[in-house]
Amino acid sequence: MSETKIAVITGNELRTGDVIWWTGEGWSRHVDEAAAVDHDADGIIARENAKQVVTDTHVIDAFRGEDGTVRPAHIKDRIRALGPTVRLDLSLKPADPAAGNWVI
Amino acid sequence: MYQYDQHDQAMVDARVAEFRGQVARRLSGELTEDQFKPLRLKNGLYLQLHAYMLRVAVPYGTLNSQQMRTLGDIADKYDRGYGHFTTRQNIQFNWIKLSDTPEILEELAKVQLHAIQTSGNCIRNTTADHFAGAAADEVADPRPYAELLRQWSTFHPEFDYLPRKFKVAIIASETDRAAMRLHDIGIQIVKNEAGEIGCKFFAGGGMGRTPMIAPCIAEFVPALQMISFLEAALRVYNRHGRRDNKYKARIKILVHEIGVAEYRRQVEEEFAHILTLGLEPPPAELERIKAMFGDPGLEAGLSDDLDLTDPDFALWVDQNVDAHKQPGYAIVTVSLKPVGGIPGDASADQIRLLADLARDHSLDELRVTHAQNIVLPHVKKADLYGLWQTLEAAGLATPNLDLITDIIACPGLDYCALANARSIPLAQKITDRFADIGRQRDLGELKVKISGCINACGHHHAGHIGVLGVDRKGVENYQLSFGGAESADTSLGTITGPGFTEDGVVDAIEKATELYLARREEGERFLDTYRRIGMAPFKEAIYG
Repeated sequence: MSETKIAVITGNELRTGDVIWWTGEGWSRHVDEAAAVDHDADGIIARENAKQVVTDTHVIDAFRGEDGTVRPAHIKDRIRALGPTVRLDLSLKPADPAAGNWVI
Repeated sequence: MYQYDQHDQAMVDARVAEFRGQVARRLSGELTEDQFKPLRLKNGLYLQLHAYMLRVAVPYGTLNSQQMRTLGDIADKYDRGYGHFTTRQNIQFNWIKLSDTPEILEELAKVQLHAIQTSGNCIRNTTADHFAGAAADEVADPRPYAELLRQWSTFHPEFDYLPRKFKVAIIASETDRAAMRLHDIGIQIVKNEAGEIGCKFFAGGGMGRTPMIAPCIAEFVPALQMISFLEAALRVYNRHGRRDNKYKARIKILVHEIGVAEYRRQVEEEFAHILTLGLEPPPAELERIKAMFGDPGLEAGLSDDLDLTDPDFALWVDQNVDAHKQPGYAIVTVSLKPVGGIPGDASADQIRLLADLARDHSLDELRVTHAQNIVLPHVKKADLYGLWQTLEAAGLATPNLDLITDIIACPGLDYCALANARSIPLAQKITDRFADIGRQRDLGELKVKISGCINACGHHHAGHIGVLGVDRKGVENYQLSFGGAESADTSLGTITGPGFTEDGVVDAIEKATELYLARREEGERFLDTYRRIGMAPFKEAIYG
């Protein structure tokens, strides 16, 4: 399956600390809803930071598959996107016992 | 145990109120993240991989049952039902909401706990021998000195912005159970020929990317001059420690670069000056603190008899129970390392159960060990069987203390924003491979320590077998080392050679243990055999 390299914005919700992804219109906890950003990334981050509801916003590399799924390029970001691989019950895919394989 | 006086309580309460205001201002947007970050870190609140993480200080590793129960309640009420006991004798909560933090700190303050100075370039929570007050081999209980040190270092204005973080460990026996010489300053309480209590000081130890064993800088400082000497040691470091490069900012680099003799000379000079200023706390303060660490209520004349007819109980006693200074009592170490488990994690229910067991069977005391286990320090031998049965039912009776499955592992890339590789899954694979308790006991004492990055929170440099996780172009890779130790025979491990995949490192460890079994001589631990025969045969075994 071919993949397209993209850049996406991630951060943490200020109040809860939850990992979130910029969707183009707002923020989601699901990486698959992340929107590709380009030269507009800095502007989006500046604008969203000013609202004081997100923190630690930054751009990361990722790959979008033909099916639309988004897979961060680095393992650290994949673990951020999923949750701890040793406590999948606390991850975003608690019902999938093989979810941890996605990060490797 | 120490009880806060009105000054302690007022300081902690004031800090909670101050942080409540800071959180409110951050949430309202009045403070930016750049302004807020140093404030939250001063209160132990990190932003980790998945959420905020709150690191709560356990003073010199000692807790009472009420404090332990509160930690369990916080895990349930504000986290996701568990806590993680760390190699710094602290506890971390991994899923904290910023908006809940003031309430959590308030609940902690009510039981005389806090998260102050669990981050930042300041003097961190002092660690201590987890058998303090119970061990037969100590010359004094080190905790009153640790408490005095806590009071001195808390909010110390001169040492609030050191070049880098600063960790002190204190012991009072020849058996080092606190990795004392791998700290910025290590203190060993000793008794001189005249029978006087004093401090033997070590400075410039540490792990991280430049591991060093602290050399002795003073053989005997009178106990009533301990704070003045610490003040001098810190002052010299604060004056000359590098601030231009965080990787060269720890005291170990300073001591190494100017030499221990010159560092000692400057400290002695500063010490002589400080003694003229009368900065030492009055002796009455140390006596006041000591009085709170007196006899916890040990009974005299109890029997040492123990019925060991239940083989599983006998196994656990042999492995996890140590001698107590008082006849009829024992020191119990509760392993938080079940096969396949997460080293140092305990559920809220387990934490509360341990609190209840401490209240009912350990004179209300618990200890957190730097090896991420929990100690019940004062258990009547007559209570041991019932205690073991309760622990067994709760999954807390794993008889593996100091065996190959009693692994120290940092949170690694599963939780930590600094990590390069995961530590916990590797620990789980090793415990799965060596799950058979007979095999573990045949291997004997074998301390495996795993760090997910060069910061070495998993103490890999001090592992008989150490593992360091690294990032090789986005892929986890593991460096293996042999020969580290943290006790009286402190040594640093030597890297075996090229790194391994996660499965590869488990295989390599197994090959190393097979070589050990083949080559060991009577009474030798893995570490002893390695020291005797050297790295070459081990390299051949794992790479050949």
